[in-house]
Amino acid sequence: MKLNERSVAHYATCDSPADHAGFLRKRVERHHHHAHHYSTSYQRRWFVLKGNLLFYFEERESREPVGLVVLEGCTVELCEAAEEFAFAIRFDDAGARAYVLVADGQATMEAWVKALSRASFDYMRLVVKELEKQLEEACKSLAACCKSPRRSSSSGRKRHLSNPALLPLQEKPSILENGYSTWGSGGCIPGGAACPDHDGGQAKPPPLPPRRRSATGSATGSPAPGLSPAMLESPVSPDTICFSKLHNWYGQEIVALRREWQERQKRGH
Amino acid sequence: MRYNERELLSLARQPAEKAAEIRMSVPKKGSVLKKRLVKLVVNFLFYFRTDEAEPIGALLLEHCRITKEEENVFSISFIEEPERKYCFECASEQQCQEWVEALKRASYEFLRRSLIFYRNEIQKMTGKDPLEQYGISEEARFQLGTHQQ
Repeated sequence: MKLNERSVAHYATCDSPADHAGFLRKRVERHHHHAHHYSTSYQRRWFVLKGNLLFYFEERESREPVGLVVLEGCTVELCEAAEEFAFAIRFDDAGARAYVLVADGQATMEAWVKALSRASFDYMRLVVKELEKQLEEACKSLAACCKSPRRSSSSGRKRHLSNPALLPLQEKPSILENGYSTWGSGGCIPGGAACPDHDGGQAKPPPLPPRRRSATGSATGSPAPGLSPAMLESPVSPDTICFSKLHNWYGQEIVALRREWQERQKRGH
Repeated sequence: MRYNERELLSLARQPAEKAAEIRMSVPKKGSVLKKRLVKLVVNFLFYFRTDEAEPIGALLLEHCRITKEEENVFSISFIEEPERKYCFECASEQQCQEWVEALKRASYEFLRRSLIFYRNEIQKMTGKDPLEQYGISEEARFQLGTHQQ
């Protein structure tokens, strides 16, 4: 079976950060027809874990991997080799060989076992689905908390900046500290302006980043009170491949929700 | 490069996210479109001759670009060799769009970015890190800082 090996090797060696890396000794498997044991010799290799793929190189500086273990569907267990700190990658398939690897200490062995046992695509997908659900529920419960949405037909920005007497935002510091400061950071919003964080009990809200202004501008005149139904849809839908779009989309609603919270707090709820 | 082909073949037999008979060509000189059974399983795209149980080939879908080409057609290429394209001619424009969307989301790297995004959003809304309950909040693969593309 052909594999796009050149691209796979490129993925192994390119800049994208590895999930785990280090030297391990890899048992060399040799069958002897007349003996009932493996001849146990080990080769030291540089291992790099990226996603559900475990690459190994002859040297740390090698430009190409000598091998790859596709980890999907594997189990990782400590094993009773003659060697200390040995663990094995095994597959369901009856005839499949195991990859026996030896770490140089208890801590590195445990770190590898942990990293490898959660390396599958399936696992990642499960966690993403779970978080997707949690985000949806968080949005729903916030919508339920908002008593009088008071969404006027004026632009989001105007509404936000003209909001009088915002209370100091100590009650929900984690949300508000992170609320704007991360908008511009990270690779998800290229060139997005990082808004200044609240500078110690500010009386006016930080300015919206340019991207969001246009997004809320386009949301003017939306008649739906509180959250729009679109908010509750899965963000990972055919229309939202672009993360900057996702950020805008949530950004609009989060701005509105923050304002509702602040007003609730003002009213003493 | 050695790899565990046996496990990859086993993966090709798993239930697919998406499978269809699609005409496909590989980036080789003189290559023509041929009808293949194309099967998406995790971050691999397998392709079979329509009457065979074992795939002819597999494409790892990391660091690839999915491009909508002309009507009914999309292509897959890889970032280090963008001119070498695997072309797929679908039965309809709708099928083409569905495959483009599915393939764009079929990489581990995409999942990782999604996870980091959701984690961040939930944290902003609720003040809590949703990964803490699973005891995985410190894992390298979930960190915002380490995996900026």
